[in-house]
Amino acid sequence: MSENILELRKITKRFSGVEVLHEVSFALKPGEVHALLGENGAGKSTLVKVITGVYQPDGGEVLLNDEHVHFGDPRDSRQAGIAAIYQELSLFPDLDVAENIFVGRQPTMRSGRIDWRKLYDEAGKLLTSLGVHLDLKQKARSLSIAQQQMVEIARAFSINARILIMDEPTSSLTLNEVADLFRLVRRLRDEGTAIIFISHRLEELFELADRVTVLRDGAYVDTRPLKEVSRDDLIRLMVGRSISNLFPKQDVQIGDVVLKIENLSHTGIFENISFELRKGEILGMAGLVGAGRTDVARAIFGVEPPTSGQIQVNGREVRVTSPEQAIRLGLAYVPEDRQLHGLIPPMNITANISLPMLGQYAQRGWLRDKVERTAAFGAARQMEVRANNIWQKARELSGGNQQKIVLAKWLSTKPRIMILDEPTRGIDVGTKAAVHALMSKLAAEGMAILMISSELPEVLGMSDRIIVMREGHLTGHFTRAEATQEKIISAATQAVITGSAM
Amino acid sequence: MSSQTQPASRANILWTFVRFREAGISVFILILAVIVALRAPAFLTLENATDILLNISILSIVALAQAMIIITRGIDLSVSSMIGLVAMMVAFVMKQSPDFPVLGAVLLGMALGAVLGSFNGLIISYGKVPPIIATLGTLAIYRGMVFYYSQGTWINSFELPAAFKLLSKGTPLGLPNMVIIAIVFAIVVYFFLNHTRTGRDIYAVGSNPDAAQVAGIRKQRIIFLVYLISGIACGLAAVLWASRFESAQTNTALGFELQTVAASVVGGVSTGGGAGTVPGVLLGALLLGMIENSLPLVRISPFWQLAAQGLLILFAVVSDNLILRRTQRNKKQ
Repeated sequence: MSENILELRKITKRFSGVEVLHEVSFALKPGEVHALLGENGAGKSTLVKVITGVYQPDGGEVLLNDEHVHFGDPRDSRQAGIAAIYQELSLFPDLDVAENIFVGRQPTMRSGRIDWRKLYDEAGKLLTSLGVHLDLKQKARSLSIAQQQMVEIARAFSINARILIMDEPTSSLTLNEVADLFRLVRRLRDEGTAIIFISHRLEELFELADRVTVLRDGAYVDTRPLKEVSRDDLIRLMVGRSISNLFPKQDVQIGDVVLKIENLSHTGIFENISFELRKGEILGMAGLVGAGRTDVARAIFGVEPPTSGQIQVNGREVRVTSPEQAIRLGLAYVPEDRQLHGLIPPMNITANISLPMLGQYAQRGWLRDKVERTAAFGAARQMEVRANNIWQKARELSGGNQQKIVLAKWLSTKPRIMILDEPTRGIDVGTKAAVHALMSKLAAEGMAILMISSELPEVLGMSDRIIVMREGHLTGHFTRAEATQEKIISAATQAVITGSAM
Repeated sequence: MSSQTQPASRANILWTFVRFREAGISVFILILAVIVALRAPAFLTLENATDILLNISILSIVALAQAMIIITRGIDLSVSSMIGLVAMMVAFVMKQSPDFPVLGAVLLGMALGAVLGSFNGLIISYGKVPPIIATLGTLAIYRGMVFYYSQGTWINSFELPAAFKLLSKGTPLGLPNMVIIAIVFAIVVYFFLNHTRTGRDIYAVGSNPDAAQVAGIRKQRIIFLVYLISGIACGLAAVLWASRFESAQTNTALGFELQTVAASVVGGVSTGGGAGTVPGVLLGALLLGMIENSLPLVRISPFWQLAAQGLLILFAVVSDNLILRRTQRNKKQ
């Protein structure tokens, strides 16, 4: 009898002939948190789906408690005590919180009738034990992303799993929520649950995980105890090379004010927001999820015009009522939710990139294919998009490459002011570094960048100045030199702290 | 997560009614009833009320099945042809052997409907043909079979046994049998949708198909099942139809699919899938039945009836979209 609860041996998986997993081996012990690490496209999510039976491997074997198993669908793996929280949220927007937790296995009475009272009782108990306060009868559609994530976690916990898989569970949680989650994970681990944990935030792995297995390009690289590796080791294992400078912010000459926001308000959402953005500057905007940062960005870009306040672009007061107008003023906005606002998944790379500039590529109403193709190809190459060709559909690309497409698309409009909303959320270290390098280069060339980010190292590493929002108000303003992690957290969570006069 | 204070919303009454569909449609029905009754007192007679109930019984049965399909993000356009074909076949059996038991006719109709419905279900769930295309195809195929089977002839009242004709109209329990059958059917569907796992799986599949699969729900089976149920419901409806109108014609139920979709959507079944209730659909059917009944009473040409149904569908879908937009805005708080 080995000490492993789960063992994968030489798992191979192909999609339409393309090998996405090549002889990957992986072993999991009870009572450990085992991190799975790799760049986007390294095969982590595919491996998880092989374990849960969503995909069937084309080669290799799966052993559960030293016995060969074959999971035909997720139902089988769940019966074997495996629960998973997937990267894409998988809630049912039309069902309420309690039913979302128990969907597909609602408690029933002997007659086969659903025991609704028991269902609500158990859901309530479960959420209380997780320390989450949610209305059990609220529809999932109206929950915030963080709340939805808590429901997902509750669902996974409700199975009493012996193996719990968490694929990026923290990507949209605030610091406090992450701390709560980690407490839970540790408790489960101490009770003997084996946990597979996937995250792009290396700090979290060091904080939580016992061992780490690294994948690269669909192949197994190594498994190490976390105590014996450094951050740089992990990056080297993952990327196959070392990334020397994670935040390559260049010093640039800061120029004139190009965007000035004065007392911008949207009743009930944010109030009296004022700040300036200069040429060549990266202004970091920190705060918790839901603080109203995205709403401010959307107001500036004309998606949802503000109810009061002034916007000046290059010293001229403007009234932005539509994104088209914002684009003409030289603004670009790269939204947070790439799938929802930034990309048209079924369209190919070329079409996605040229979308905002179609008018320029057309002559007398006819699109000039060659001009469009050349421009898209150039932009894609500049962004180092990894794809088979520029006709590949956007939805077939990894998250990091999708983000590159969105950036390429907006760069093709030649903006002077860019608003980047969580530009590196959920993308891997390599792509992240590429995005940061690009931001730095753009700033050096005179672009003014407003960067909304919930990731403190990113805010601190990339920004020339930092403003902080909390519950719809500006609560902090720091220069690069003054800013520390503590100051930003305290401005984002409690009282108003101001570093220097605005 | 702290829920912050909501912005002072201009609580307008219209919004409340749009939001709670059952309440909204009830009020709409009441207003309509008052207006029609003022102009045509005959509307409020017991006789007329029974007439409306008779008229919407068949519609309710098929609309409930249609609603289940729309909840899974599908649609069944072939319901009218399934009714036409089964009505013709059952009526033919009754004509050939007048002593065939009436209950047997009902079961035969449902069995025939099940066959037609499973064919829809198979090509949609396992053949992966989009529902609108698949059922558009069978809409034509099944109607074509009516002509082939009947050789273009009709089966008339005098050819059908009396017991069969009484099946829909007899009142041994006070109300016409047909109304009671519809009520029982609605109760069964209500229980199924709200109190069984399979019923809840229907909502889950429509609400998020990918997540349903990951949650271990057998999506294809559920999809197959709703088209099978639709076939059975149409089989039942077909027998009632032939009994009530005492005939089977080549154009029986022609265009009926529009009414079933209208009743569902007006009753609050979301065209995006995942949402819809039995009371809502019944109210939707009642509203359509009342409009059909009252237009002649207030001397509006019945030709307007189709247009009224179309308008109602559009109104319902637009208000659904408004709801969705509102809830999504609230989510950002």
